[in-house]
Amino acid sequence: MKKVLSLLAVAFAALANSPLAAAVQFGFQDPETPIARQIYSLHTLILWICVVIFVLVFGAMFYAIINHRKSVGHKAAQFHENTQVEIIWTLVPFLILMGMAWPATKTIIEMKDTSNPDLTIKATGYQWLWGYEYVKGEGDLAGVSDGIQIFSRLATPMEQIYDKSANKDDHYLLEVDHELVVPVNKKIRILTTAADVIHSWWVPAFGVKQDAIPGYIRDTWFKAEKTGVYRGQCAELCGKEHGFMPIVVRVVDNAEFQDWASKHRSDASPAAATSAPSAEAAPAAAEATQVAAAEPAASSGASAPAADGKATYDGLCSACHAMGIAGAPKFGDKAAWAPRIAQGVDTLHQHAIHGFKTMPAKGGNPALSDATVMAAVDYMVSQSK
Amino acid sequence: MEAVHGHDHAHDHGHDHPTGLMRWLTTTNHKDIGTMYLWFSFLMLLTGGTLAMGIRAELFEPGMQFWRPEFFNQLTTMHGLIMVFGAIMPAFVGFANWQIPMMIGASDMAFARMNNFSFWLLPPAAILLVTSFFVPGGATGAGWTLYAPLSVQQGMGMDLAIFAVHIMGASSIMGSINIITTILNMRAPGMTLMKMPMFVWTWLITAYLLIAVMPVLAGAVTMLLTDRHFGTHFFNAAGGGDPVLYQHVFWFFGHPEVYIMILPAFGIVSQIIPTFARKPLFGYTSMVYATASIAILSFIVWAHHMFVVGMPAAGQLFFMYATMLIAVPTGVKVFNWVATMWKGSMTFETPMLFSVGFLFVFTMGGFTGLVCAITPIDIQIQDTYYVVAHFHYVLVAGSLFALFAGVYFWLPKWTGHMYDEKLGKLHFWLSIIFFNLTFFVMHFLGLAGMPRRIPDYAPQFADFNMIASLGAFGFGLTQLLFLYVVVKCIRGGEKAPAKPWDGAEGLEWTLPSPAPYHSFETPPIVK
Repeated sequence: MKKVLSLLAVAFAALANSPLAAAVQFGFQDPETPIARQIYSLHTLILWICVVIFVLVFGAMFYAIINHRKSVGHKAAQFHENTQVEIIWTLVPFLILMGMAWPATKTIIEMKDTSNPDLTIKATGYQWLWGYEYVKGEGDLAGVSDGIQIFSRLATPMEQIYDKSANKDDHYLLEVDHELVVPVNKKIRILTTAADVIHSWWVPAFGVKQDAIPGYIRDTWFKAEKTGVYRGQCAELCGKEHGFMPIVVRVVDNAEFQDWASKHRSDASPAAATSAPSAEAAPAAAEATQVAAAEPAASSGASAPAADGKATYDGLCSACHAMGIAGAPKFGDKAAWAPRIAQGVDTLHQHAIHGFKTMPAKGGNPALSDATVMAAVDYMVSQSK
Repeated sequence: MEAVHGHDHAHDHGHDHPTGLMRWLTTTNHKDIGTMYLWFSFLMLLTGGTLAMGIRAELFEPGMQFWRPEFFNQLTTMHGLIMVFGAIMPAFVGFANWQIPMMIGASDMAFARMNNFSFWLLPPAAILLVTSFFVPGGATGAGWTLYAPLSVQQGMGMDLAIFAVHIMGASSIMGSINIITTILNMRAPGMTLMKMPMFVWTWLITAYLLIAVMPVLAGAVTMLLTDRHFGTHFFNAAGGGDPVLYQHVFWFFGHPEVYIMILPAFGIVSQIIPTFARKPLFGYTSMVYATASIAILSFIVWAHHMFVVGMPAAGQLFFMYATMLIAVPTGVKVFNWVATMWKGSMTFETPMLFSVGFLFVFTMGGFTGLVCAITPIDIQIQDTYYVVAHFHYVLVAGSLFALFAGVYFWLPKWTGHMYDEKLGKLHFWLSIIFFNLTFFVMHFLGLAGMPRRIPDYAPQFADFNMIASLGAFGFGLTQLLFLYVVVKCIRGGEKAPAKPWDGAEGLEWTLPSPAPYHSFETPPIVK
């Protein structure tokens, strides 16, 4: 055992002296919400209780290993029970556990209290991106950000992932094209759901992790106390790009949030997409299209955005078809498309709507209307002839 | 002794004793079947281990190096399925087959032909699992837990996995019926339940757990199958189903399953520690009750695997309290083992080294289990590398180390030869060093925020991942040394006496080494 410890010590010493030492982290990320702080101190408390018990029990064991061995001539005693001792070491752990359960219970009850939020945001997991929608609410921020919709996708370029020679960004794999923006010191309620499979919305610094379950809505909350950018990842295996759907939350002060919201509120209508300050026109339009189609209430108006096959392609289909992932015919690759186009465009429509081999039905978003999917197929065919 | 054994043998079985392949295909002998179980599980251990090497190679540094992400998911999924259902569970059944008749003074298992069948179901299941890599779409990549709806999306590799699970479940249930019947009906006169060796006790309880939960797993995967192919909507909200239902059913199987994989390990260690401490097991009665308590509690804690699905506060509290309660009987066991060592006269042959290693490292896994039980903390570390570290501490350092300990402990009885003590000790030290190198750092990765089941990670996780990968390669290679030690012991070596360990107690040591074909022709009397 000593060997193990010394080896580990050597390994860590080597790390500590390396230039990366600053980046090496042994514990939780710095907590930035009241809940995350409670979790942090709960963990510290329980870790130390465990360490003390561990040292006591294995101190006794190693004492016995050193002193009660045959090679030092120790003769075996023959006792094999002691009711008193056995009762003590059943009851004492029980009491210690009660001591641990008490603060944990308080934290659980606080975590579960999602009432009276200042702002409510619906987070929808898709394979493989996050969609955010600022829900119309009654809190302090009622009306400020109502209806803003964002799609948030990994921003790390493919070549950084697949090409060893490419330099990696500072926030490799933890960066997105459109961050979720929330105000500081406000209670933010997150509603989670998903379009296809189960995802999980996780921001470690906030102490928040909540599964996003297709067909159901769950909720959680956080109150960030410092402005800044906080990064997390999808925490539930959701298919091949599971490792590539990060969550980035930018916490800003109230004035900045109002400012950001007023600029983005107009994004809700596709016509005004060009006014988006940070986003290029195409993705912004794509977001609008997708959410419009994904919202059952908006289905009556689905035909208008559905006509925009390009927007749907950019927003969804491109996830596979841009790179030719999982056998998908690559966008613009005439050789790959020719045999498929030869089957007739109706067949392609049917495959796209009902799924075919690795192609999920409606690209994995069952909320899209048939017309939207067909328009996207037509667009892809037209660009790949 | 050899001569006597040979004589008995010829006398009883001269009329029907096929050799070669037919001996193994048609055997109804508990030792032959036990041997096949053990070799099968070792083969699966190497297969699952190879997949693990594939995982650790990809995670050696940031960036995608070897595999596509979907293949990486197949590696993690199949590593889990093969290790759980192919390596650990059959290995314990192998031990049960070899040891239970010898330890209770029986001649063989109760249902000898069913015993043959329950083994021979396993190779087809293994073939289904392994060949699923080569079907269109590859093996399932939905994780060993096969969560719906992701598992509903998968290709035909998923169907092969479902059938494999069905078959292995049937095998386990038959094995369990056999074990329970053998233990309850075939004990030597005078061996009351409370005089049974701990290994037999733990297997009796494990067998009941298996019978209770394997059908539940079969139900879960069958619902999956009908959702995939026959238009049902058990797990599809659009059809009135619920994806979370799958998790409830799966973990109702899954949590007792983790005790299925550890209780027999407790049994093995409870045989070995008293032997090498030359002192009776401390608190035999409380050991039995603790084992039973763990088994009963295991049925009411399943949802602690699901703290982030969004259950009500009352649910989280109930499952947290119930889970924490398991620490009490588990603690009793650890204290009892330490008390057994206390004031003993210990020696440290390889079985004892592995048992002490088990105790030390398994307890670390127990403590991290307690950390995971605390709901608020679990919400941070669920689905991270912390959990990966935790369950490898209990499954590798727990179950696998106990299996190694058991192999070294009983090899002389099985083969009639002593193993190479020096190499055995080397195997232990390399295993425990590389094991900790691999998995200890994963705690830090999980706390810092690295999710599990991802093929690529942010650069701040790079250092620990590299250490873990190096450790894993070392751990994998070390197991080839184990293979060498075992093969060397089978082929020859110092002749083993009937009782090679001077502190050993129990009926199996009254038999010659190697043990005769039929363990006890006439039952011994236990006083």
